Amino acid sequence: MATGAYGVSFGAVSVAAGLSVTQTCALSLVMFTGASQFALVGVLAAGGAPLSGALTALLLGTRNTLYGLRLAPLLAWRGGRRLLAAHVLIDESTAMSVTRPNTAAARVGFLTTGISIFVLWNLATLIGAVAGTTLGDPRHLGLDAAVGAAFLALLWPRLTDLRNRLVALAAAAVALGIVPVSPAGVPVLAAAGVAILAGVLTRGVDPTEFPEAPR
Amino acid sequence: MIWTAILLGGVGCYLLKLGGLSIPARVLERPVVERVADLIPVALLAALVAVQVFAHGHSLVLDARAAGLGVAVLLLLVRAPFLVVVFGAALTAALLRL
Repeated sequence: MATGAYGVSFGAVSVAAGLSVTQTCALSLVMFTGASQFALVGVLAAGGAPLSGALTALLLGTRNTLYGLRLAPLLAWRGGRRLLAAHVLIDESTAMSVTRPNTAAARVGFLTTGISIFVLWNLATLIGAVAGTTLGDPRHLGLDAAVGAAFLALLWPRLTDLRNRLVALAAAAVALGIVPVSPAGVPVLAAAGVAILAGVLTRGVDPTEFPEAPR
Repeated sequence: MIWTAILLGGVGCYLLKLGGLSIPARVLERPVVERVADLIPVALLAALVAVQVFAHGHSLVLDARAAGLGVAVLLLLVRAPFLVVVFGAALTAALLRL
């Protein structure tokens, strides 16, 4: 299954980045949102400060806030149940509940998806992390290249329109441009500026709706 | 320090999820906020790809990782599953370093 494969990759990549098996598993248990976890270990692997890694993870975690805003009226949980449900608010549980017609169906979809992925993700992380420690030098195995590929695979489905592609290119260029002059971890955070700028400047207009340039 | 990052990042990510379920939608449901929030993952992931593949300390390099990324692009174009993409890139880099 996709989640299992993704979790195994995360576990292996995380120990290759220098985290212990315990730290890797703690990350999956506590953070439980894949892209943010990959980002944290990715920044650490590149030699970035742990706090830059945490900040990058938080920025990537903001999309879960938007999912929550969309789901809140549908799930309509209060108090302790909301506190528990929030932990499994991720891409997959959102996808499996946001299209349901009523609160009961949405809750079932949300919980079955969220809880089963939580269990699977943490098991897969453990397997990947333990396997990773037995593999030896990560560079000989190309695990440093695997991290870049994992980020690209996460980015790929978002490159559907022209605006997103331009933002991705600009962000990559900005990050690489300041690699020589800034501490590790900072280039990735600076790239968030591109997103903010593009979001503010394209106000009211979807750039993909611009007519194409004359040929 | 790594434990601090794990706990801070983890608790922060949880609060971001809880916040979405708790705060009134009108506080954040403005077009500009939604656009920025949609674009942040795009920008961060693209920057992570770039730095992960082309940076070595403070210098920019083209090495086996770039070849791995090229293979990843090809595999994504043919809609290969996540694990195949990741391992394909790793295998490429590992073979080039033999």
